[in-house]
Amino acid sequence: MPNRKLVAVAGALALAVGLSACAESQRTPTTSAPQGTTGATAARSDSGNANADATFIFGAAGAPKLFDPFYASDGETFRVTRQIYEQLLDFLPGEAKTGPGLAESYEGSEDGLTWTFKIREGVTFHDGTDLDAAAVCANFDRWYNQTGAAQSSAVTYYWNNNFGGFADQTDKDSLFESCTADGMTATVKVTRVTSKFPDILAHGAYAIQSPTAHEKYDANNVQAQGSGFTYPAYALEHPTGTGAFTFGGYDDAAGEVTLNRNEDYWGTKAGVAKMVIRTIPDESTRRQELQAGTIHGYDLPNPVDWKALEDGGAKVEIRPAFNILYVGLNATKNEALKDVRVRQALSYAINRDQLVQSQLPEGAEAASQFFPKAVSGYNTSLQPYPHDPEKAKALLAEAGHSDLTLEFWQPTEVTRPYMPDPASIYEAIRSDWEAVGVTINPVAKPWTGGYLDGTEQGEAPAFLLGWTGDYDSADNFIGTFFTKQDNAFATKNYPFAQELTDALVAADSEPDAAKRDQMVSDLNKKIAEEYLPGLPISHSPPAIVVAAGVNGLVTSPLAAEDFSTVTITE
Amino acid sequence: MTDSPRRPMPGTPSHKKARLDALASTAAPSGSSGGSAGGGVATAVSDAGRVASGEGVSLWMSAWRRLRRDWVFLFGAAIVVLFIVLAVVAPLIAPHDPATRVLIDQVNRQTNPVPGPQPGHPLGADYQGRDVLSRLMVGARQTLLVGVLATLGGLLGGMTLGTLAGAFGGWVDSVVMRVVDVLLSIPSLLMAFSIAAMFRSPSQWTVILAIAIVQVPVFARLLRGSMLAQRHSDHVLAARALGVRKGPIVFRHMLPNAMGPVIVQATLVLATAIIDAAALSFLGLGNPDDRSPEWGQMLGNAQPYFDSHPHLAVYPALCIIVVALGFTLVGESLRESLDPKSRR
Amino acid sequence: MSRYIVRRLLQAIVTLFVLSLLLFAWLRSLPGGPVSALLGERSTPEDRAALEQALGLDQPIFIQYLRFLERAAQGQFGVSTGVLPGRDALEIFLSRFPATIELSFFALTLAILLGIPLGYLAARHRGTFLDTGSVLFSLVGIAVPVFFLAFALKYVFAIQLGVLPPSGRQSVGINATHITGMYVLDGLLTREWDAAWDALRHLILPAVALSSIPFAVILRITRASVLEVLDEDYVRTAQAKGLRAATIRGRHVLRNALIPVVTTIGLQTGALLAGAVLTERVFTFRGVGHALAYGFETRDYAVLQVLIMMAALIYILVNMVVDIAYAAIDPRVRVR
Repeated sequence: MPNRKLVAVAGALALAVGLSACAESQRTPTTSAPQGTTGATAARSDSGNANADATFIFGAAGAPKLFDPFYASDGETFRVTRQIYEQLLDFLPGEAKTGPGLAESYEGSEDGLTWTFKIREGVTFHDGTDLDAAAVCANFDRWYNQTGAAQSSAVTYYWNNNFGGFADQTDKDSLFESCTADGMTATVKVTRVTSKFPDILAHGAYAIQSPTAHEKYDANNVQAQGSGFTYPAYALEHPTGTGAFTFGGYDDAAGEVTLNRNEDYWGTKAGVAKMVIRTIPDESTRRQELQAGTIHGYDLPNPVDWKALEDGGAKVEIRPAFNILYVGLNATKNEALKDVRVRQALSYAINRDQLVQSQLPEGAEAASQFFPKAVSGYNTSLQPYPHDPEKAKALLAEAGHSDLTLEFWQPTEVTRPYMPDPASIYEAIRSDWEAVGVTINPVAKPWTGGYLDGTEQGEAPAFLLGWTGDYDSADNFIGTFFTKQDNAFATKNYPFAQELTDALVAADSEPDAAKRDQMVSDLNKKIAEEYLPGLPISHSPPAIVVAAGVNGLVTSPLAAEDFSTVTITE
Repeated sequence: MTDSPRRPMPGTPSHKKARLDALASTAAPSGSSGGSAGGGVATAVSDAGRVASGEGVSLWMSAWRRLRRDWVFLFGAAIVVLFIVLAVVAPLIAPHDPATRVLIDQVNRQTNPVPGPQPGHPLGADYQGRDVLSRLMVGARQTLLVGVLATLGGLLGGMTLGTLAGAFGGWVDSVVMRVVDVLLSIPSLLMAFSIAAMFRSPSQWTVILAIAIVQVPVFARLLRGSMLAQRHSDHVLAARALGVRKGPIVFRHMLPNAMGPVIVQATLVLATAIIDAAALSFLGLGNPDDRSPEWGQMLGNAQPYFDSHPHLAVYPALCIIVVALGFTLVGESLRESLDPKSRR
Repeated sequence: MSRYIVRRLLQAIVTLFVLSLLLFAWLRSLPGGPVSALLGERSTPEDRAALEQALGLDQPIFIQYLRFLERAAQGQFGVSTGVLPGRDALEIFLSRFPATIELSFFALTLAILLGIPLGYLAARHRGTFLDTGSVLFSLVGIAVPVFFLAFALKYVFAIQLGVLPPSGRQSVGINATHITGMYVLDGLLTREWDAAWDALRHLILPAVALSSIPFAVILRITRASVLEVLDEDYVRTAQAKGLRAATIRGRHVLRNALIPVVTTIGLQTGALLAGAVLTERVFTFRGVGHALAYGFETRDYAVLQVLIMMAALIYILVNMVVDIAYAAIDPRVRVR
């Protein structure tokens, strides 16, 4: 029935790319579209007469939710707000480690409870307000004194999770104690020692915002209404920070955020006059737009297209993997999983190398532990479980579960950077397990329609899930996974539950970094070999792509790129 | 929703149009959304509905006589027969198991995401290294299954509602038709989409159910219309005069006579169902387990590869188009042959 | 007549009311919810519980519905949680609606301009190659899944030939003034010809894809209707009277044959809305269909509620207008 002739169409693609590129160069008169995609070599050399008046158009996978990062929790929002705001600390370019930001320097007291930040001189907010310690403390106080609906973790996710509570919540154990301003020195006191502080202040959620604008546009006025929250004008229309770009507006009908160069920026001014972030949810459409020359770059290109993109002259920048894909196991509903030999057997059964090679992008790696290499405390001596079906069968037999039946959950309606094609990854693991004699009951659930809450509530004996780190912190990975004993992993079912929790808490509150790393490293080994509450699978690097003629982009493992370094060569 | 004339007014020319409208309004949302056999349905229903009121067997005979010589029908029927034969024998003649990832070792996300044609695999493999030819062949069975079960489901539901409404009239009719109207007030694909999104765990069955439910009001309205038309027809009046009870009248006299339009509609709905299944897969609401392949699912899942490896989408799309066309042609020529008006 | 209209209006209100209740209950019975959508793998049971409490989602469903009605009576139809958080759902609908109207209008115009003449010609030349050809063409049009057609069009015209843009509604950098939200019209109104042309180029592919079904339906209805009219007594009489063929065609055949066609066109609105969900997705055309798909993805109750209710409302209104027009023509329709 199928017609073979039509396959020939596929071959014409390369030609098509060239064609469309040629046709494009005369099409967009108003913007600085990259001139053809032919001069790949010329474009690669950074020598260039960068056009300072250019507009940089970037294709994002999702729309920003609002523009006050303190009320945000999603990457697409932070992508925009990172350009407008800065934090006290910042990530070093291209790394997940933190360094000075709006604080020129900072240091902690001996006991790790008092931190002094020396604020950078000569910085002003976009509305002209000067940055000083008082403005910084105003931000801390604002965070800590949120009331009403804003206290919901659906609104202030990061504060809730990192700092644990607000001023009027006496029942909660808040990490933040006080902030005192003295000229250009801000002193922040915290209630306990944690590896999070002050590194977490580099996270986009803790952007330092203009207190004047807060007051003017009623920034704290979050209300619950019906089945949603309403946000103040500040968060929707008047974000005011100190960053290299100022907010130009958001056009929902067009799905475009416009940012303008901050001509009064204290550091190196942005390389382009304007940046437009267009929302294009469909991955292949983003690629088509880039090939048509109507955008200059986009996030998360499909690995399938990397080669074609590079052949067309674009630059695919592969970020270091800063995530983990794992198979979660939960023994609550499957007694057999309480036996560590069964969990080990399941791990030996998975052909990680084949999975990585056939389903994940270049640079992806089989995982030996629950966080990637770039995180401090990574145990370099650990190896991923080898693919050993015989050993898996033997272990299952030894445990008396040769006839193991396992309900295995698959998420639908989703792709994540660590999980580019869930269906194919699921199928691969399912086949591997079936090959060692395990009977799989497949259960598919929509990501936002039952998968996440089902796994959280411990309904899934085996499931695919992962995590992208917020910053270089072991606690951000394993602490989130295993500190609680009654979550998706339900470690309460295992004898080691309390031991694991105690070890995690101890490591997190160790003030000495070297000691902490050693503790974490040892713990990783134990988790991988003795505890095995889940099976680490892989780390896969998300990529970002820019057209020929776009230079200066420094990728970030956290996908927290600062686009002010980007220049466009005409 | 539309308020069709509650009682058909026989005969007059202007009524024909009012009725065409009423029935078209019943049927139009059924198919026309998202790539389905909408127009066919509209006309089919209106004309076929008229047939039911009368003539019986001789009509079928004469219809068959004309169909035998109708090349459109023969062409459509040939496609349908071929499709059904393929669906039955495919698992026996397919060169590979459609679920086995035979060429997985060749698959590489960067350099070779979709292995090309090679000896033993004339159409190559998909992104999981499974033989495409085998998947297409075996896919016929699953596709037929989805189409037939969805249509049957819609028919059963519609028959129950339509018979209740048409046979009893009165408040039963009012209540049932109000429900049908509410259902019809949502464009069909939106409804299928919404229903598919409702299930806790998507599977082949949720796809079938979603498509079937959308067809329920269509069949209900169709059957009610033809029941109403018959309530005052001679054979029903005669049976009633003879003291035959309500049940037997409905099941022995009215239902069989309504079969003409129902068969026509069912044929057209089959085509719609196959296309709608593809649309659901495209929206990510299809059957997530693709071990037993289905064309709509293959097409929906090929979405990321459309530019780089269009054949992954084009093959199942062609299969769907040809089969949907086959069913539509059969349905259309059936309708025309059953329609006394088109006998010229 | 006015009694008939009142009755129809009442029926429409009842239908909408029942629909809103069903919709409300149904949406809230969906597993998962806005928190999952908002936080992804970062959501925890505690977050979920806190949110449900903050938003009153832990209340019995009928209490929630009563509150919803209370707010709806004040003109508040809920606040978006996913599509555009913090904005009024009705406002979102209104900002997206012009795009869908524009797209549907162009698609329908295209379908009419092609469908009616072709259908008429097919009927006039019944049984010829032209007839069979155009009917077959329309049937194939119906058999092609809309989203596949959209992809294929995009592949050929935007990727291979590069003559039309692959997605969106206007190019970045076109600083157009928007009055109505329908970009082509806006361009014409403000005499920004560049903007109008740019918007038109973005419209062509999605409009063609969306028009395939209505085109086929219109062609076939026109053909059937013309055939029917050609067979009517008054046409035969006219022919017998020796009236000129052109007069017969214009005055008798076309005019009468077009009535069901017009009806059908009215009834295509529902189909267009549904097709728009698919087409707008393929072309990232930010209309109602786009918002609807995204609303499902993010489990945005308020937006879904408003969008589906508005779709139903429009559909009902169009049907009602069609029916009332009929009642005006044919008094027997009013008889119950």
